[in-house]
Amino acid sequence: MPQGIGGNMDMAKPQLLPKPARTGAPASEPWAKTAVAKFESVSKNYGSVRALSDFNFEVRSGELVALLGPNGAGKTTAIRLLLGLAKPNAGRMTVFGGDPASVDTHIRVGAMMQVGRVPETLRVREHVDLFSSYYPNPLPISETLAIAGLDELKDRKFGLLSGGQKQRVLFALAICGNPDLLFLDEPTVGLDVEARHLLWDEIRSLLRRGKTVVLTTHYLEEADALADRIVVINKGRVIAEGTPAEIKSRTAGKKIRCVTELPLEVIRKMTGVADVQTDREAVVIQTSRPENVLRQLLQLDLEIAGIEVSSAGLDEAFLALTREDGARA
Amino acid sequence: MATTATAIGTLPLRRPNLVAICAKEAKYEFLKNLRFPMYSVSTVVLPLMFYVLFGLVMGRQTIGNISTTVYLIPAYGTFGVMGASLFGTAAGLASERGLGWLQVKRASPMPIFAYFFAKVVMSLIFSTVDVVALMAMGMAFGGVHLPAVTAAKLLGTLLAGSVPFCAMGLAIGYFASPNSAPAVINLFYLPMSFCSGLWMPFMFLPHFVQKIALILPPYHLSQLAFNVVGAGQGGAMAIHWQTLAGFTLLCMGVAWVGHQRDQKLNG
Repeated sequence: MPQGIGGNMDMAKPQLLPKPARTGAPASEPWAKTAVAKFESVSKNYGSVRALSDFNFEVRSGELVALLGPNGAGKTTAIRLLLGLAKPNAGRMTVFGGDPASVDTHIRVGAMMQVGRVPETLRVREHVDLFSSYYPNPLPISETLAIAGLDELKDRKFGLLSGGQKQRVLFALAICGNPDLLFLDEPTVGLDVEARHLLWDEIRSLLRRGKTVVLTTHYLEEADALADRIVVINKGRVIAEGTPAEIKSRTAGKKIRCVTELPLEVIRKMTGVADVQTDREAVVIQTSRPENVLRQLLQLDLEIAGIEVSSAGLDEAFLALTREDGARA
Repeated sequence: MATTATAIGTLPLRRPNLVAICAKEAKYEFLKNLRFPMYSVSTVVLPLMFYVLFGLVMGRQTIGNISTTVYLIPAYGTFGVMGASLFGTAAGLASERGLGWLQVKRASPMPIFAYFFAKVVMSLIFSTVDVVALMAMGMAFGGVHLPAVTAAKLLGTLLAGSVPFCAMGLAIGYFASPNSAPAVINLFYLPMSFCSGLWMPFMFLPHFVQKIALILPPYHLSQLAFNVVGAGQGGAMAIHWQTLAGFTLLCMGVAWVGHQRDQKLNG
C-alpha cells in the first residue's frame, strides 16, 4: 500500500497524468473489496449426512465475516473445506483464486481449529517457534506472543495452561505465519466472559492490521460484537446474510414476557409483533420493536403484570429465520 | 523445493526451507517425548533393567559358548529398539490423528513428510540411547569387551533394523484409536519379543514357537544383531535383511491404506 501512494505522487508530477496512469497496475491494489475465498454451489456429504448443500458464500478482502449457526449447521465443514482438509462433492471453491489444499494457499492462511488434545509437554514458545518455521515470512516470535497475550506464559508447558490460555496459544499458532486470511473456528467456545473479551480484542487488532477473518460461532452476541457481515447457516444452507444490524432486525430481536388477559389474536395483530406464544401463565411475544409493542399492551390491558423484556436468544433467532426460510420456499 | 523458488525468483511466495522445517520438527518431537516419562523412561529403562536383572545379577553364565552378558546386549538391544520405534511412532500418531492435532498441522503449510520424518528420527535417537546404554553397562559391569568396530556395527545394525518397526508403528497408529493404541502396541510388542527369543534364548523356546519365530521381524533383526557379536546361529544373513525389507514394505502399505481411509473419513 505505501508503494501505491508514495510512488504514484512522484511519478504524477513530471508526467502530469492523474488517474489513468494508475489503472495500469491493478495488481498493486490488493485491498479493493475482492473475494479472497469463494464457495460456488458447494455440496458436501459425510456418508449419508449432508453437511453443506448448494452453499454459496464469499469472503471479501479485509472484512470479518461470521458464520453463525447452531451445532451441526455446517460451520466447521465450511472451514474444513476452506482449509483443503475436505473436498466438496459438488461445486467449486477457491481460496486466493487457487486450490485450498495447496501449500501456496496454506502459506497465506492461518487457522484456529477445535482440537481435542495439543501436545502437552511442549512449552508455549516452542509451539510458536515450530509453527512459525512452516511459513516463509513469519512474525517474530516475540511479536506473536505479545499479540496473543502470552508473554508471561511463554515458558509454560501447554498442559499446565488454563482453558483460556490454551485457546490463546491456538490463536498464536494461527497468526504466527503473518497470514492474510484467518479462519477461527469457534474461537471462544468454553471460555469465561473475561477470556472471551480478551480474545475479541485480539481479533479486532487483526482487522486493524488489514487481515481478513472468517469466524464461526453459535453466539449471536459474538458475531454482533465482531463481524462486518454475518452469514446465518442452518442445515448446511445459507439462510440469511447481512450486517449485524440487519440480521438482528430480521430475527425479531426482543422477547417480551408478560401476564395479560388479552387474547393471543389481539396481540398478534399489533404492529411490530412477529410471533406470540403462551408459556404457562404468561405470553411470550417476539418483536423487533419492543417499545412500540409495550405501549400498545399497556394501553389495552391495565391489569398487565410481570413484564420482562429480554434479547431473543439465538434459538428464537433461528426459529424466526428458519420459519421465514420455510415460508419463502 | 528451494531450487524451484530461486529459479522462479520473482514469485512473491517463497517457500520455507524443507530441511530447516524437518530439523525443527524433529527437535520438538524429541523434546516432547523426552518430557513424557511414559515414553522416555519406559523405552530406556525397561531394557536396561532386564539387562541388569538377567545379565548382571544372575551371575556369569554362558549361553552356548558365549557369556550371557554379551548375549543379552543384542537381545535386549532388539527389544529396546523395537519398543522405542513402535511407541515412538504409533502412540503419537494415533493420538494426534484421533484428537485433531494432526489436522491442525495439516491446515498449516507444514510438509507432511516433516511430520513422519520427525517421528522416525526421534525414535532413532531413543534407540541409539538404548543400545549405547546397554553396551556401556555391559562393558562397565558385565566384563564385556566389544571392540569399537563391533560396537559400531551392532548399533548400525539395530538402527537400520528399527526402520521396519517404525513402519509397523505407523500402520498401527493409523488404525488404533488414541486410547487403545498403547494396548494394541503391547499386544504386538510383548508376544513378538517373547516368541523371537528376546527374553529367553531362542534354543530354549518350545519347538512350535521357534517355527512361529521364523515369520516374526524381531527374530530376524535379533539374528543379525547376534551375528555381529558372534552369537548367531550362522547361515546366510541376506535372508534376514530381505525379510525385514519385505515386512517394511508390507507395513508401509498398511499405513498407506490407513492414510487413505483417514482422508476418506475426514475429507
